[in-house]
Amino acid sequence: MRRNTKRNQVLLLMILPAVLYFIIFAYIPMTGIVLAFKNYNYIDGIFLSPWNGLKNFKFLFSGGKIFRVAWNTLAYNTVFIAVNQSLQIITAVFLTEIASKHFRKFSQSAIFLPYFISWVIVGGFIYNLFNYEYGTLNSFLSAAGKNPVDMYSNVGAWKYVLVFVNAWKWVGYGSVIYLAAITGIDKEIYEAASIEGAGKFRQIFSITLPLIVPQIVTLILLDVGRIFKGDFQMFYQVTGNNPLLYETTDVIDTFVVRSLLQLQDVGMSSAAGLMQSVINFVILISVNAVVRRTQRDYALF
Amino acid sequence: MHYRLSKDKILFNIIAYTFLMAFTVCCLLPFLFVLSGALSSERSILEHGYSLFPREFSLSAFRTLLAMPGDILNAYGVTVTITVLGTAVGLFITAMAAYVLQRKCFPHRNAFAFFFYFTTIFEGGIVPKYILMIRYLDMKNNLLALILPLLINVFYIIIIRSTISSSLPNSLIESAEIDGAGEFQIFRKIVIPLSKPILATVGLFMALEYWNDWFNAMLYVDQKSLIPLQYYLYKMLSQITMLRELVSKVPQMTAVTPPEESFKMAMTLVTIGPILLLYPFVQKYFVSGIMVGAVKG
Repeated sequence: MRRNTKRNQVLLLMILPAVLYFIIFAYIPMTGIVLAFKNYNYIDGIFLSPWNGLKNFKFLFSGGKIFRVAWNTLAYNTVFIAVNQSLQIITAVFLTEIASKHFRKFSQSAIFLPYFISWVIVGGFIYNLFNYEYGTLNSFLSAAGKNPVDMYSNVGAWKYVLVFVNAWKWVGYGSVIYLAAITGIDKEIYEAASIEGAGKFRQIFSITLPLIVPQIVTLILLDVGRIFKGDFQMFYQVTGNNPLLYETTDVIDTFVVRSLLQLQDVGMSSAAGLMQSVINFVILISVNAVVRRTQRDYALF
Repeated sequence: MHYRLSKDKILFNIIAYTFLMAFTVCCLLPFLFVLSGALSSERSILEHGYSLFPREFSLSAFRTLLAMPGDILNAYGVTVTITVLGTAVGLFITAMAAYVLQRKCFPHRNAFAFFFYFTTIFEGGIVPKYILMIRYLDMKNNLLALILPLLINVFYIIIIRSTISSSLPNSLIESAEIDGAGEFQIFRKIVIPLSKPILATVGLFMALEYWNDWFNAMLYVDQKSLIPLQYYLYKMLSQITMLRELVSKVPQMTAVTPPEESFKMAMTLVTIGPILLLYPFVQKYFVSGIMVGAVKG
């Protein structure tokens, strides 16, 4: 018995650093959500600054920007899920079905590569492409005898750019899971189908896709759980934080960071942040509850 | 019958190869554009813009890069330091926590697991974290501000925990226990050596996060000597817009020249360089890491 207590003390000591870490960097910030109801000043800090009721929220909603930003976040993430999941499935199916091993390896490596690149570099790529004076796009256009395009005054085009860039960055990563799922399918099923006269397309639609439905459902649910969270780094770097483009490219996360760093408005940004955290929490819990009820095995917790 | 099958196959191959080829090219082209820009003479870029191949070959951008390496070397040093320190310390703490969580004799292990997991479901958000770091922990312009925010990730604890408990036979740990080995000894002498593949995989994910991080630098660092590579590059790339605004407001500012176009591209290459060099060797670890995460995360 004594030895057991000693053992547990050592184990407790070993888990302690991680516990302390999450207390400091996750649980203490959680109590910081009171900032949304305070008139923060640096000297009084988080807990001693005076309360100011719902003023921060009133200010947040009266600007009206928050609605646009929330809508952008939801709309982008919805399109991202649809586009990325489809491309990931198509990529994985094609990669497993093609005959050339060398091309498969090369292609898979190339498609996975963008995952390893920081968003700053992606921002550099975008600069290289769309810069008005020297950008590759405009050098091609002028070489073809066409007028140059100023992407930064073309607000609507960025929706497509962002969807494209997001797919470019993540499809390689996402297709790995589908690749594993498809490789796991019993080869004999395909052989039997092929003897029965089923062609490639028939095999894909009647064998491959139905058998990876569990993975598809799980991955989509994981994404839906994050649907109210914008990818700050992507939106910030791809648009270069350009104010001209906020209308179509501003999401909650960029809005919060900007209100914090540029406007130094702690009250409003923490109100927006709290709203986002709560909605995220509710979405995640509901998604999980639905999954628990329908397909227990896929529940997150 | 046979004819129909092969027609089906041909059509499939045309679609599959075209799609994969187009996607592959899309993924590689930006790197070529940057490489070409870095190898072009400044004059040809100013005249014709960037292109797929250099119109006028020149190494001057790399010469400039070598001539003024002070800041760049320093930024490299900061990035290497935070990557090595953060990964080593983070991996150690993560692995210890994972080991403890899979020890069946450890009381309340599920409560601890929930304590960790809950932080991924509900977050305080960036504002309280920022104020905590700046006002309470005094992290402005502190190297730790670049390390701490990325130090421990709950998903890595979960992945290592399930890998240990599924790949290490429980009897092994129990027999060490009977032989009188302490918990830390078991962890250090048995668990670490036998979990090397998963530790290497998670370590690589952590290292990549540190290498690519610029966000924490933007929040917490403005002292030149603490700026990591990615943030250095970001500042350089965004400088042109800043300078242009300045020039339009203050006429005498025209004397300031923004970094040359080819130099920017060379700098971008220097920043991705190590990743591109290591990519062929580490790719398989990341692939296996994603699969482990998908099964167990």
